[in-house]
Amino acid sequence: MAVTALSAAESKRLSPRLRKLEDERWLAMALLAPTAILLGLFIAYPFFEGVLLSLSSARVGDPGHFVGLKNFYKIWDDSIFRTTVWNTFWYTGVTTVFKLALGLWLAILLNRHFKGKAIIRAFILLPFIIPTVLSTFAWKWMFDPTFSVINWTLFQLGLITTRINWLGDPDLAMTSIIIINIWRGVPFFAITLLAGLQTISPELHEAAAIDGARPWARFWHVTWPLLMPVTLVVVLFSVIQTFADFQLVYVMTGGGPANATHLFATYAYQLGIGTGLLSEGAAISLAMFPFLFVIVVVQLLYIRRVETR
Amino acid sequence: MAEVSLHKLNKKFDTTHVVKDVDLQIRDKEFMVFVGPSGCGKTTTLRMIAGLEAITTGEIRIDDRVVNEVPPMDRDIAMVFQNYALYPHMSVASNLAFGLKMRKFEKAEIEKRINNAASILGIESLLQRKPRQLSGGQRQRVALGRAIVRDPKVFLFDEPLSNLDAKLRVQMRVELKKLHERLAVTSVYVTHDQVEAMTLGDRVVVMKDGLVQQVGEPLELYNTPANRFVAGFIGSPAMNFADVTLVENGGKPLAEAEGLRIGLPGELATRARAKTGHKATLGIRPEDIHIATAADAPEYCFEAAVEVVEQLGSEILLDMRVGPALMVASVEPTLRVRAHDKLKLALKPERLHLFDAETEAAI
Repeated sequence: MAVTALSAAESKRLSPRLRKLEDERWLAMALLAPTAILLGLFIAYPFFEGVLLSLSSARVGDPGHFVGLKNFYKIWDDSIFRTTVWNTFWYTGVTTVFKLALGLWLAILLNRHFKGKAIIRAFILLPFIIPTVLSTFAWKWMFDPTFSVINWTLFQLGLITTRINWLGDPDLAMTSIIIINIWRGVPFFAITLLAGLQTISPELHEAAAIDGARPWARFWHVTWPLLMPVTLVVVLFSVIQTFADFQLVYVMTGGGPANATHLFATYAYQLGIGTGLLSEGAAISLAMFPFLFVIVVVQLLYIRRVETR
Repeated sequence: MAEVSLHKLNKKFDTTHVVKDVDLQIRDKEFMVFVGPSGCGKTTTLRMIAGLEAITTGEIRIDDRVVNEVPPMDRDIAMVFQNYALYPHMSVASNLAFGLKMRKFEKAEIEKRINNAASILGIESLLQRKPRQLSGGQRQRVALGRAIVRDPKVFLFDEPLSNLDAKLRVQMRVELKKLHERLAVTSVYVTHDQVEAMTLGDRVVVMKDGLVQQVGEPLELYNTPANRFVAGFIGSPAMNFADVTLVENGGKPLAEAEGLRIGLPGELATRARAKTGHKATLGIRPEDIHIATAADAPEYCFEAAVEVVEQLGSEILLDMRVGPALMVASVEPTLRVRAHDKLKLALKPERLHLFDAETEAAI
């Protein structure tokens, strides 16, 4: 009784507008509003603008008009777009496999006890911390046809006699950007997987050792399955980021040579901003959406399955 | 047949010396309990037997075979961990099967052993569950089952009951005892709980600061503790201690302190006589103190002021002040007594203990 009396007395002192907040529905809305506004303004609105743009004939200096799916038919017949789709999948697939393998290997090494552990762990993150554009410029120098330090080293070691034109050859250019992406992405995998490894009780490894499991069997039967939820989340993040990568390719090759290294983002940029075909650029950006959507849904479903088992 | 012997066993972590010169013979089929406060080296000793911790110096033999360099999987031991260490992603059945699969047992044999262990432990209905769907007691059983299916030479237990609630702990203690009688496998059991040590152990090793304090059967430790530490560690409520001076009065040795003047009987008197004039610690267990009656000789009586009365139902614990010393007495539950009462108490002379004030060894 005393409590009700007190709260009644307190609410009397509040203004009518504030008193509304005592109702949980109003309070919930008030608390959600800032997030909803931000998401709406910066994600939902641009997305729908993008959809409208892709369905129009807009170009720089011409707002255009509604043309339906014309832009999509057009890019469907575009051989560069097909190369772009293939490139994006190849780039994402290869880098993810290598990032996972190397990251896991590094994480397992870093999970051991050794002197200077903390410093090494911090150092490992460097490629991830340096702004991508800066580190990519450094790589560009290393792959430069004339000044390449890689060529110089191989030459001095007697492994090659002529310069390798890293960024001038379509296949080599793709391989080069894949190498850089792996270099940049491994630390994220390593540190996240390391965090995952540290949640696995050492007692489980000891129990498995007593149970007769040799190191490889311990990894396969204990570490790997227990690390799976973390692994899936890291892979998911990485796939999304790599699929939509832009900076690296833009700085290294700009999509060249001869459009051989375009990804969705760089081709959309080249067509939309570079050439001024805003609507086609938007269509290419949007074409990324269904692919990513399927990948993400599949992975999320799998993560949920792993986590509830 | 499996004996375990530890010979001059030492373990150092960097500069800390955690296990010091441990010598021990664990007999075939014996249930040996290591007990001591945390940090006494008992778990480290167990882990050295398991092969999970390298030996700094000394030797461990299992059945006359030196196992110092033998990896855990080849020592033919099974271990039950404090936190059970069940593989969380495997069902109970797979947890039990894991050790056998790793050892390439036939499928039929694995199934037979799992069913056998499950029926011994009463966990047949849980075989398809995951560890997180089990209660603490059930997990404990699965952890035991994983050890049983292996049919090892030696069982190692690392504080297996410490994560269970008090009631379950008592129940599992009884089951462990029965299990050991049934399986008759040499067992080494580590605990910090002296009640567990006393009830489970065929013999008990009391450790402190890496040193073995005493090895003996439970009642031996209770009746004739080797030093003050063992005397205080074994028994609940703990033994009372009073700092006394050994004196002689008319040829009769006495232990004297403020508010206390106790005669020393029989053999204790003989041993105490050699230390006349020295400081010592007098020890008497709460259950060996009672309300004085006319039958009690005055030299075994003393006065005490009651400070707290603890009614436990089956007994009453009196927290009392005797001179400067605090003592606890366990008396009949029918006694009517209140705080601040002054009482005359007597002790059983044959149950007196004396410890050297410096070495703390029993006199």
